[in-house]
Amino acid sequence: MTKLVPSLMLGVALVATAACSKKPPKELPPAPTETPAPAQPYGNGETTQATPLSEQFRRDVTSDTIHFALDQYDVDQESRAILDSQAKWLVAHPNVRITVEGHCDERGTREYNLALGDRRANAAKNYLAAQGVSADRISTISYGKERPIAMGSDEAAWAQNRRAVTIVLN
Amino acid sequence: MKFRTLALATLCLAGTAHAQITPPPPPIANSPQAAAQAQAQDQQPVIDIVGGISAPMPIAIPAMPTAAVVDTPAGSTDVLGQKLADVITNDLRGSGLFTPVPPAQLRTVAFPEVTAPAYDYWGGTGAQSLVQGYVRANADGSLTVGCYLYDVLAKVELIRQGFVVSPADWRRAGHKCADAIYSRLTGEGPYFDTQVVYIAESGPKNRRRKQLAIMDQDGANHRFLTNGQSITLTPRLSPKLNAILYMSFEKDRPSIHVYDLNSRQDRTLVSNVALNFAPHWSPDARWVLFSMAIGGNTDIYRVPASGGTPERLTNSPGIDTGGSYSPDGSKIVFESDRGGSQQLYVMNADGSNQHRISFGGGRYAAPAWSPRGDQIAFTRMGGGAFRIGVMNPSGGGEQLLTNSWGDEGPSWAPNGRVIIFFRSAQGSGRPDLWTVDLTGRATRKVPTPLDGSDPNWGAVRP
Repeated sequence: MTKLVPSLMLGVALVATAACSKKPPKELPPAPTETPAPAQPYGNGETTQATPLSEQFRRDVTSDTIHFALDQYDVDQESRAILDSQAKWLVAHPNVRITVEGHCDERGTREYNLALGDRRANAAKNYLAAQGVSADRISTISYGKERPIAMGSDEAAWAQNRRAVTIVLN
Repeated sequence: MKFRTLALATLCLAGTAHAQITPPPPPIANSPQAAAQAQAQDQQPVIDIVGGISAPMPIAIPAMPTAAVVDTPAGSTDVLGQKLADVITNDLRGSGLFTPVPPAQLRTVAFPEVTAPAYDYWGGTGAQSLVQGYVRANADGSLTVGCYLYDVLAKVELIRQGFVVSPADWRRAGHKCADAIYSRLTGEGPYFDTQVVYIAESGPKNRRRKQLAIMDQDGANHRFLTNGQSITLTPRLSPKLNAILYMSFEKDRPSIHVYDLNSRQDRTLVSNVALNFAPHWSPDARWVLFSMAIGGNTDIYRVPASGGTPERLTNSPGIDTGGSYSPDGSKIVFESDRGGSQQLYVMNADGSNQHRISFGGGRYAAPAWSPRGDQIAFTRMGGGAFRIGVMNPSGGGEQLLTNSWGDEGPSWAPNGRVIIFFRSAQGSGRPDLWTVDLTGRATRKVPTPLDGSDPNWGAVRP
């Protein structure tokens, strides 16, 4: 988010400059869609930034995200396979610290979802710790329903949004 | 009758601060009608909202004249007279209990007429009640707003009040006048001279920008208090109106903050603890009830508002959150999924005697105890809908007041008769602020410059 703001402001400044010039430019400026998009933000934290290590983690593991059933926080078989691959990588990179983000769908109330997101993040953390990743290396953060990844209001979107995401911090 | 007394007490308190309760010298000598006021008490119009829904009362609210047109920082006194009538009209209409006479039927009120109403004319408009008043610019720069309420049929004066305000606070004089009229005619407590804190939202659904904001209950005097760099949630205005509790994700440390409205200083309520959220003030503003998640288990705690060591009140393996004090501070209603799904529970303020009160179908969340003690509002989830409802503190008498895809987060007006909440749109998820009264019929959208969520209604201003 912090990265987005300056580029947005720059865009505003450019528009303002264009509006102020007395003569129309001979060539139209490139359409906004052609300007390179700002780098995809990494995780949802204010302080997290993508690094070579975090990119390597995302390449090497099965997935950085596990999903949950409605109102549930238990780690199912598919999720266990994903977390196993994460744990293997983390054991091989003992100096890496991670945070696990817990998320919920929009069909829960705000405060309950903060608590449920915390449950999900901790479920993933506890599983990783059980696979040999020191709990000291794992922090958790719950975003409740504040940061969906799928934008719809349907079962498919909600299933995607009920998730825990592992973010490499260094 | 009880609430009428309360209303008077509130207005008397107001006299010590900004507003003046003693009637100003009326524009002309005392009208003879004032003397007849006491005798006419029994036959005066009263809106019966206890025994059922009566038709809204027709009421005439013409522009308030001024004896001398004076320019003030808030505009000239004659223009202010019209604007004040507009504020009062909007307040009373919004309550759902009054039908203001349309502008075309309003006539210009001459200054001497303020205390000598043209009853026959107003009777002809169908109005049962008449609000008149005046605006005067004082030598010290303040404004005096006179506020008179008349029974058009009985031809008697019901209210005569005056409010002295700084020009910047001119709308408050209108709200105070509307509160006096509302209380006198309905027997309910006032709620128009109040503020609402809420979260102003903008931006795409997956990156919502969420800013703490405060405004008058009618949407006027809107101010942003945070810049939206960090996610902010669930603000609650102190019962003393001088601070706001809210949750912030600043520096990726989601925790409860306290924003001081006077000094504009911001501090963390409890430092160096796990995820803490869902703040709620005790009625005397000395305590903060909140939720803390430790290792995936969320319980309810309380801590002195000045900070200190949190004291744990619940101890279940489930999620316990959303606590709200009864107005006397002796009990707390909260939600818990200890029985398998979110339900409402009540406990004593020290955490003892926890017992479930909600037994309907679906899930119940975000309870809010009415400031008059007789009801608990909640969000009920079921059948694909989020709805606002109320039940009594022992769990009986449940009534659902709204029916929508995404109604959530009820907060009571100080009179315990109106609830503000937010309504999210299916798909976009964009929320707006709405109010609903206990009949479920009077709903009103509260205007906000951006989208709005997590509203919290403050006490009547002194």
